[in-house]
Amino acid sequence: MSAAPAVTANEFLAVMGARELSDHQTVFTGVGAPMMASALAQRLHAPHLTMVVEGGVVGPEWKPGWLPISTNEMRAAYRAQMLPAITDIFLMAQRGFLDVGFIGGAQIDQYGNLNTSAIGGYERPKVKLPGSGGANDIISLCGQVIILTVHEPRRFVERVDFVTSPGYLTGGDSRRRSGLLFGGVSRVVTTLGLFGFEPASRRMQLIAVHPGVSVDEVRAQTPFPLLVADRVQTTAPPSARELEILRSLDPTRQFTG
Amino acid sequence: MTIDLRETDFQAARRRIEAKPKSAREKLTSLEEAVGRVKDGDHVALGGCLYTRTPLGLVRALLRRRPHGLALSRNLMCYEGEWGLVSEAVTKVVTSWMGIGLPWGLSRIVREYVESGRVTFEEWSHLGLGLRFRAAAMGVPFLPSLTMLGSGLMDVGGSRTIACPYTGQTLHAVPALFPDVALLHVHRADRLGNCQIDGYPHMDADIALAASTVLVSAEEIVSEGEIRRRPDRTVIPGFAVDALVHVPYGCYPHECYGLYDADPAHFTEYVAGIQSRGAAGVAAYLDRFVYGPATHGEYLALFGDAALGAARDRARVLTS
Repeated sequence: MSAAPAVTANEFLAVMGARELSDHQTVFTGVGAPMMASALAQRLHAPHLTMVVEGGVVGPEWKPGWLPISTNEMRAAYRAQMLPAITDIFLMAQRGFLDVGFIGGAQIDQYGNLNTSAIGGYERPKVKLPGSGGANDIISLCGQVIILTVHEPRRFVERVDFVTSPGYLTGGDSRRRSGLLFGGVSRVVTTLGLFGFEPASRRMQLIAVHPGVSVDEVRAQTPFPLLVADRVQTTAPPSARELEILRSLDPTRQFTG
Repeated sequence: MTIDLRETDFQAARRRIEAKPKSAREKLTSLEEAVGRVKDGDHVALGGCLYTRTPLGLVRALLRRRPHGLALSRNLMCYEGEWGLVSEAVTKVVTSWMGIGLPWGLSRIVREYVESGRVTFEEWSHLGLGLRFRAAAMGVPFLPSLTMLGSGLMDVGGSRTIACPYTGQTLHAVPALFPDVALLHVHRADRLGNCQIDGYPHMDADIALAASTVLVSAEEIVSEGEIRRRPDRTVIPGFAVDALVHVPYGCYPHECYGLYDADPAHFTEYVAGIQSRGAAGVAAYLDRFVYGPATHGEYLALFGDAALGAARDRARVLTS
C-alpha cells in the first residue's frame, strides 16, 4: 500500500478557501486554486453555490480531468447554465449579484491591495507582470473578496509597487472615499494562516494559523507590521474527504500539484 | 496618460458610420483583400478572448502586409500581441492582461518590450476595457462605472471621474474606444455579413459596432435562409460588416467553441522557441507559420489532419 501523497500548497489553499464559502452564495471564481475551492465547497457544504467565471460563464459543473487553464475556454463553460458576454458578467457583479470573489496576486500589502501589473513602477518596470485581467473588477464589485496566496516574504510587502486591485487602499475609510462603495477584502487565506482586517485601521490581522505553524513564524514571513488577534485559532488540517474530492476533480494534479 | 483622444471622439466616430457604405451587398472576399483595408497607424481591435475565437487567419494575413504603427486592443491578449511587437507592426497594446496562461509563465517578449520602453502598454481592468467598447458601441463618449476606482489603473490611461448628477457619488467615466478596424472570427455568416456566434459571446458584438471598419472571418458561409431561420442567433448585423472571408479553422491552434479545442502543446513549442532564442524565436515562428504558408490550406497542413481531428473530438466531448 502506497502512502497518500503529501498535501500541496494549492490543495491546502483550495481546502481553506472552500471552507470560507457558505451554502446559497454566488461566487466569482478563477482558474486554479479558486476553481478547486469553489468546486470542493459545492460538493461538500455548499450544494446551492453558483459559480461565475470571468470569460462569461454562469453555473458551470466542470468535467473532472478536463479542468480549464483559462477562464474563457470550453472547459470553463462545461455544462454551464448561461454564457453571457464578458462585459455583462462583470456588470452582474456591479449590480450586486456576486456575494464573494476569489483573487490572488504577485504582491499584497497590509491593506489587502494587490499588484499584478508591474514590479518597480508602471512606466519602466523592473518586471512587467501580465496585468489585472478581471482581478480589479472582482475586488471592486463583489460583495466580499477572499484572497488566496502562497505566503512568502517577497509577496507580502508594506506597500505594493502599483495598486492593480484595490483592497483598503491606505486604510481607514480610504476605499469608500475613492468611490468604491461596496465590498472589500474579507479574508486572506495563505499557506500559513487566515487573516482578516482590523475594522478601524483596515490593517491585516492574523486570526488563525494552520496546524504546525506558529504566530512567530507568520510574523517572520510577513515583512510588514502584522496585527494579531487576541485569540489566534488553529485551523483543522485538510480532511481525507476534502483531499479525495480535490484529487478526483484533478486526477493528474495539473492544478493541485 | 496614454488614451488617444481620437479613440473617444464620439462625434467623429458617428460621422464615420454615417459615411460608411451600409448596402445589403455581397461581403465575401479574400483574406488579402479584406486586410488591405487596414492602414498604418490604425487602431485594430481583436475579438475573442485569449486563446479562444482569436481571428488568427485575419491577423496572419494582416502581418503578411508588414504594417507599421498599429495600436492593438484585446481584452486578454495572447501571443498574437507578441507577433505584433516582434514584427514591428504594433507600437501600442491596449489590454487588461497579456500572456498565454499560468503553465507558460510570464511573457518574456512582453517583459523585454515593456521594460525597455519599446511599446506603450495601456492596461485596463477587464470590465474597464469592455465598457470602453460598450460605450463606443452605444455611440457615447463614456460610461459611468464603479470599477477601477482608487486603483493605479486610473492613472495609466488617464481615466477621469465624474460626480453623478443625481446622487453626487464619484463614478469612473470610462472613456469610449472607437477602433479604426475590428478583426473578428465567427461560427457562421451569410454573404451579406450577418454573423452568428456559438458559445461564449466575449466582446465581439460590441467591438463590431464600435469599430469604423469590420473584417470578419467565418468557419462557415451559410445561406441567407439559414440566417433568417434563426435570427435570434445573429449577433452582428450585416450592415456593420465591411468584408467577410470564409476561413475554416480560422482560429486554430486557438479554440472555436463547439468546433475545435485549442492545442496547448503548440503553445508550449512556441514558448520553448522564446526560452531558447528570445525574440528571434518568435521571428522564426513567424517565418514558419505566418509569412511561410502561401495559403490557409498550407498553414493547416503544418499541423496535420490528425491534430485537427483530435481538436474536433475534444470539442465534441466538451460541448455534448
